[in-house]
Amino acid sequence: MPDLTVALIGNPNSGKTTLFNLLTGLNQKTGNFPGVTVDKKTGTLKLPDGKRAELVDLPGTYSIYPKTLDEQIVQEVLLDEKHPQHPDVIVVVADASNLKRNLLLFTQIRDLNIPCLLVLNMIDVAEKRKLKIDLRSLSIDLGVKIIPTNSRSGDGISLLKQALTETIRVPKMPFYNVRELADQTIDDIRREFSLDNDYRAYQLAQQNLKLTYLGEEEHNKIEAIKNENGFYDVPTQSKETLERYALISDIIDRNLSEEDPSKRAINAKIDRVTTHPIFGYAIFLGLLLLIFQAIFAWSEAPMTLIEDSIAGFGDWVKGVLPEGIINDLLTDGIIAGLAGVLVFIPQIAILFGFIAIMEESGYMSRAVFLMDKLMRKFGLNGKSVVPLISGMACAIPAIMATRNIDGWKDRLITIFVTPFMSCSARLPVYTILIGLVVPNEPIWGFFNLQGLVLMGLYLLGFLAAILSAWVMGFIVKAKHRGYFVMELPSYKVPKWKNVGLTIYEKTGTFVLEAGKVIIAISIILWVMASYGFGDKFENAEENVKTQLGANYTEEEYDVALSAYKLEHSMAGSFGKFIEPTIEPLGYDWKIGIALITSFAAREVFVGTMSTIYSIGAEDDDEVTIRERLRQEINPKTGEPMYNKAVGFSLMVFYAFAMQCMSTLAIVYRETKGWKWPIIQTVYMSAVAYISAFIAYNIFS
Amino acid sequence: MIKGFTDDELSVKLMEMGCLPGVEVSLQLIAPLGDPIAIEVAGYQLSLRKEEASKILLED
Repeated sequence: MPDLTVALIGNPNSGKTTLFNLLTGLNQKTGNFPGVTVDKKTGTLKLPDGKRAELVDLPGTYSIYPKTLDEQIVQEVLLDEKHPQHPDVIVVVADASNLKRNLLLFTQIRDLNIPCLLVLNMIDVAEKRKLKIDLRSLSIDLGVKIIPTNSRSGDGISLLKQALTETIRVPKMPFYNVRELADQTIDDIRREFSLDNDYRAYQLAQQNLKLTYLGEEEHNKIEAIKNENGFYDVPTQSKETLERYALISDIIDRNLSEEDPSKRAINAKIDRVTTHPIFGYAIFLGLLLLIFQAIFAWSEAPMTLIEDSIAGFGDWVKGVLPEGIINDLLTDGIIAGLAGVLVFIPQIAILFGFIAIMEESGYMSRAVFLMDKLMRKFGLNGKSVVPLISGMACAIPAIMATRNIDGWKDRLITIFVTPFMSCSARLPVYTILIGLVVPNEPIWGFFNLQGLVLMGLYLLGFLAAILSAWVMGFIVKAKHRGYFVMELPSYKVPKWKNVGLTIYEKTGTFVLEAGKVIIAISIILWVMASYGFGDKFENAEENVKTQLGANYTEEEYDVALSAYKLEHSMAGSFGKFIEPTIEPLGYDWKIGIALITSFAAREVFVGTMSTIYSIGAEDDDEVTIRERLRQEINPKTGEPMYNKAVGFSLMVFYAFAMQCMSTLAIVYRETKGWKWPIIQTVYMSAVAYISAFIAYNIFS
Repeated sequence: MIKGFTDDELSVKLMEMGCLPGVEVSLQLIAPLGDPIAIEVAGYQLSLRKEEASKILLED
């Protein structure tokens, strides 16, 4: 147990997170606040007097009146005295170069009667702008100890730590007397809830229905008191804000002088380029291409390295341990599942590296500014662009990146449609099938027909995403009214420590939280593909020997045995069981098995096809598989099985179906429940089924 | 200069962010597609959609 819980609160872009990183370094944990999908960042910090403090980084907000889910947490943590993160001390972080706006939040928090400190961060920026702040007099006017810091250089951090060891007195008088706004309501609520603070009681009246820690009965009581006294939320809040600002203005005028009010000229120049009708989009497109290229290509080497080393480790374990079920479970089930988790680390790290740089530098809000109108037409938001494009490399990091989207509705829709974007795991499937059914010939002189089909598949995924988003826009109800109102922060050189910590934190979260689900599902899939019921599976060895006759090599036997085992495993039986359902799409039970095992990851299609068609491990390359598939004859028609119709039907199916347990796991984590991943799977499967059916009938 | 607002709920949000009656604002940027826009207010840049900006009443 920590000796002290300290909360960090501040406006977005006040340098709060940088300060948090400076104070805690790697001693930080990310989790969720109970019941909601809001990142909870906590860290421990040793104070100069030897005490241990738990530091909570609360989401950035402009006031304690929440507009988004993230901001609501601030309110809950502060008002609910039983909340596990309820702070003993609050450190309010304010941007010294934009003091007036930053002080509004401070004055609200000060009036809650929780001991607090005011950090004036970015004091260097203020000095550069020739802002003179009389700290001593400001401190007296606000009734709080002020610590000037520069979170970029680390100046002032030791002062802050020192201040946390001292006893902080809570001022007797509120900064702003809220009594005049709602005298009777405050008295009644204070009596009802035995509160000793006016502003707390007033906040209960203001936020009543939004506060999830209050019960039904308490909500009703507060509503009754409000009705009785004629308390209206919005006008009162409006009056409060205005009057607080009036007080703040006076204080600012007394303690702040600006010698050189020249505007930030460089900033405006950069903006003219980044939001230029041509250069703006060119820069943004170039950046997206770079990100896409990085996730797609740069991650390949580290991913192969991870896969190979885990495979090597698996082989080693397999050799060391005695043969048997435990050995198989450990190597083919658990270690293989672990590989399925760890292999995503390079892609996640790369994407979040880029996102952190874009956020840190201030560019991200310009990109959102550029894209908002375009995306809004489809029920999305400017911030949906990065996840959607990243989804073309891999949906896992892309869905994790939706945390940057403020409104729950916009975020949910983005999560919902991102898996439609053609990810890199679909590519091996597309390559085999295109090679199988599309002739490699030029079209209109310089295009290649195969290439055009591949591009068409990517386009198909994109259209499905956009159209689904548009439809979802009518169905999903917004929990909060969404605003676009957003600060465009001034440009800064990214702080690399923050970029590093973001990467560290995001990969850690993925491995720990989505990893559990991925390993569990891969064990289930492994059991299904490796075990079966009935005599045929039990006597697989003998049956295969009978089939092969007298002459066969050891290798032929192994290959035939694994094909036979797969056919009679649970997955095989299930593939046969669903055969009637997938027959209208042109598939047989063999494809059925591949559809089931592909749920681990789409590229598993290739491996399953090679097992089921008894292609030896050495010959497991595209050309061999394609040749083998080409020879396959449909027993009903006597024609080749993999004709144009089946090929296109399969391609379309893989373009749309939710065949990725890792995506499912990450959607579960990001939406905090099974409701949305299930709806998404059903919806995507339906789209895939119907479209594959149409494709099959068009081409046959 | 801001005179007032025509939308109560939005006005609270805007006021929290420093758009107070009596404060001077100036148009800084217009996104290439005509929306959203960015204004300079209280010493920083604020971007908002045109529809949101239309709720702000201005006077000279």
